[in-house]
Amino acid sequence: MQQEARCGGYAAEAQVAAVRAAQGAEDGKAAGKAAEKAGGKDIRALMSGNQAIARGAYEAGAGIACAYPGTPSTEILEHMRAFEGIYVEWSPNEKVALEVALGAAIAGVRALAAMKHVGLNVAADPLFTVAYTGVNAGLVVVSADDPGMHSSQNEQDNRHYARFAKIPVLEPADSQEAKDLVGVAFDISERFDTPVMLRTTTRISHSSGIVLLGAPQGPRRLPYKKNPAKYVMVPGNARLRHIEVEARAKALAEFSEGFAGNVVEWNSTRVGIIASGVSYQYAREVLGDNASYLKLAMTNPVPERFIRQFAGETGRLYVIEELDPYLEEQIRAIGIGVIGKKLLPLTGELTPEIIRRVMVEEGVLPAAGAFTPGGWDGSGSGQPGQPGRPGRPDGPGGPGEDGHVGLVPNEDAEAEGPSVMVPARPPVMCAGCPHRGAFYVLRKLKTVATGDIGCYTLGVGSPLSALDTTICMGASIGNAIGFAAAGAAAGAPRDADGRKPVAVIGDSTFVHSGITGLIDAVYNQASIVVLILDNGTTAMTGHQNHPATGVTLRGQPTRRLSLEELARACGVEHVAIVDPYDLAATERALRQAMDVPGPAVVIARRACVLLPGARPADRYAILQDRCTACRLCLGLGCPAIEVRDRRPVIVAGSCAGCGVCAEVCRFDAIEKAGEDGE
Amino acid sequence: MVSEPTSILIVGVGGQGILLASRLLASAAIRAGRDVKLSEVHGMAQRGGSVVTHVRLGARVYSPIIEMGAADFIVAFEKLEALRWLPYARPGATVIVNDLAIPPLPVILGAEKYPDGIARSLAAGGRRVAVVDAETMARAAGNARCANTALIGVLARRLGPDIAREHWQDAVKEVVPRGTAEVNWRAFSAGYAGAG
Repeated sequence: MQQEARCGGYAAEAQVAAVRAAQGAEDGKAAGKAAEKAGGKDIRALMSGNQAIARGAYEAGAGIACAYPGTPSTEILEHMRAFEGIYVEWSPNEKVALEVALGAAIAGVRALAAMKHVGLNVAADPLFTVAYTGVNAGLVVVSADDPGMHSSQNEQDNRHYARFAKIPVLEPADSQEAKDLVGVAFDISERFDTPVMLRTTTRISHSSGIVLLGAPQGPRRLPYKKNPAKYVMVPGNARLRHIEVEARAKALAEFSEGFAGNVVEWNSTRVGIIASGVSYQYAREVLGDNASYLKLAMTNPVPERFIRQFAGETGRLYVIEELDPYLEEQIRAIGIGVIGKKLLPLTGELTPEIIRRVMVEEGVLPAAGAFTPGGWDGSGSGQPGQPGRPGRPDGPGGPGEDGHVGLVPNEDAEAEGPSVMVPARPPVMCAGCPHRGAFYVLRKLKTVATGDIGCYTLGVGSPLSALDTTICMGASIGNAIGFAAAGAAAGAPRDADGRKPVAVIGDSTFVHSGITGLIDAVYNQASIVVLILDNGTTAMTGHQNHPATGVTLRGQPTRRLSLEELARACGVEHVAIVDPYDLAATERALRQAMDVPGPAVVIARRACVLLPGARPADRYAILQDRCTACRLCLGLGCPAIEVRDRRPVIVAGSCAGCGVCAEVCRFDAIEKAGEDGE
Repeated sequence: MVSEPTSILIVGVGGQGILLASRLLASAAIRAGRDVKLSEVHGMAQRGGSVVTHVRLGARVYSPIIEMGAADFIVAFEKLEALRWLPYARPGATVIVNDLAIPPLPVILGAEKYPDGIARSLAAGGRRVAVVDAETMARAAGNARCANTALIGVLARRLGPDIAREHWQDAVKEVVPRGTAEVNWRAFSAGYAGAG
């Protein structure tokens, strides 16, 4: 109930209520619908889109929520956990998550499955057929897309899935809508007997805004009646259901025409903008009342008549959307000329500055300089509204004594930009990361290493540079089998260097979709090594539990999946477990695994150093009198080792005590330097 | 006056407490009756990479992210990150920069050089630059890990009186870990007082 407590923290702030009340009729309407009166006061809270989705599911009476962690969707389930009485689970993968949610929906309980965009690829199989069966109680599938690939391997536009599977899709444009549209999605799901997709993007999921909370409906339970004609998709039944799907699509198209979430905001009619999701916010911000807006919350099916009407009343018509011309193509298909991807990029995140550049080029906005981004008057003399007196000019980089602040006024305005080169700061494996030792050894063995999805994907970067491929969850094992088979085809059962390819996969990813790959390796006796980097968590997404940690989403102990027993049960005869902090043992284990015929599994087991209690107490230092500055330790890419005056030093406070650098050093120049004082 | 809405970019290195700092700011602004949006990035970027949070405050905020060239304030927890995100600053913006250098891996490996004279680059184009030794401030307040709160204190002074002292005080109590409200408030106050 942590969430409730946080909400309560804002409840006393009466002024906050004034904010959204002053925001026009549209917001007022939405707010009024969701209003929850607690002692006569509206409750408002700052919520991320993900938190708002969880709240929306709770308010709508969802009884079940399932997910596999994946950025930017992960926090939805973590927030759902705050609500008592809702069954929540980390599923082994998204396909299972959707199947569990679907089972519950058919049984009569509102259910939600959440996943990142590529997770829906995994869950696509049940999705396309639940589109035929329909549901009983509502079923909402959250697809959190990642334009710009902040933390993903591709930036697919999952709105296409909704059209492809012929199910409705709703796109919230902020946290308030994210919460409200979950309830709407459940209602649509039950009314039209269809799963509904709620599609967010990173800037909706991970942006926070003020949310007016609604009253929870309380749990709903619809009766379940056995109905094989509807739920058993043998061809004879499925043929009939497909007819229902097409009839439903027509009914949904009609519904979309009058859907309250599809709204027009009239300003200047010289320019019309059609947008959905965060793209609407960018357009509204940049263009202000220079344009009228058709803001679509339901983007499948699109409201064709409504769009036609808007187009008829506005001059030049633009579709502003991120990634694919999803709306644009549909609008063109109904014979309306719109401008979209001719000007806007197909790749990467859309941003306000891209929209501004395009709209200036189009003459919709005046050229830069005359315009006032962010309220600046454009004269170059704009001053931020802060106490304007300059303090001590400390000079470049010079702080005042005793932590005082120096304000450095700059007289030569516009004289120089940041022309200096800014070195990149790529994400790196943490100091003490147990993956580092494994990658160091792998690189030394000079074999093909097929990679997978997780923190350990960072092993691709310099200086470890240890990976050959990374495609999708679980692909490392199939890829390695393919490398081995390609070698076999050429008459050598190993990769080009005469070594077995090594599939590198994390514990959570292995459970997600590595197991079937391993079975293939055994079945077809592929000459590969599967190196499971078992750090006892799903680290990259923020340390979620999974079947092999033996702890559930609610923190309850459960039967732990044993990776070694599983590997043996699959038929792997050579299974070794090693501590990746011990480089010599890791190298020995990998060499042995490469020498045995057929598939072998090595489990490098050591808890993620960020987990509580995982950090060793020892701290290391470089003895400068023994150090020859050979830089061998720098080959580990440890962020705790810096170069100062051309010599490596271990930064006190950064060392996590793994001792791997001490093992690497050939001059015994790295030694324990006491224990951490923390 | 600051811009309406006001745009604040908070930047640094993964693990420096940027998310907490941005929530502190957002919480105080909400208490002052502002509409607020903030945008974070999770996932891979948090592994020691460059981290940025956009915070926007106003009567009505649409975009959760700041347009390039439109940030009123950049609060940088690390010097190089201030330079990296500088294109977001509007002319005349204020850059509050922690006097801390964390060399990124390419610099550690000797492939690239950590630039000199960052404060001078930051100040070009009429920007105002406040260099802050937030760690020292926070240590004096009782815990060096409150550097993030101290930096928000520096920002608070410059945001002006619309967000009142009690808004900040309540926000600190709400967002910081249990049992650290007092030391965080001292760090915040040190930042506020030191803001010149």
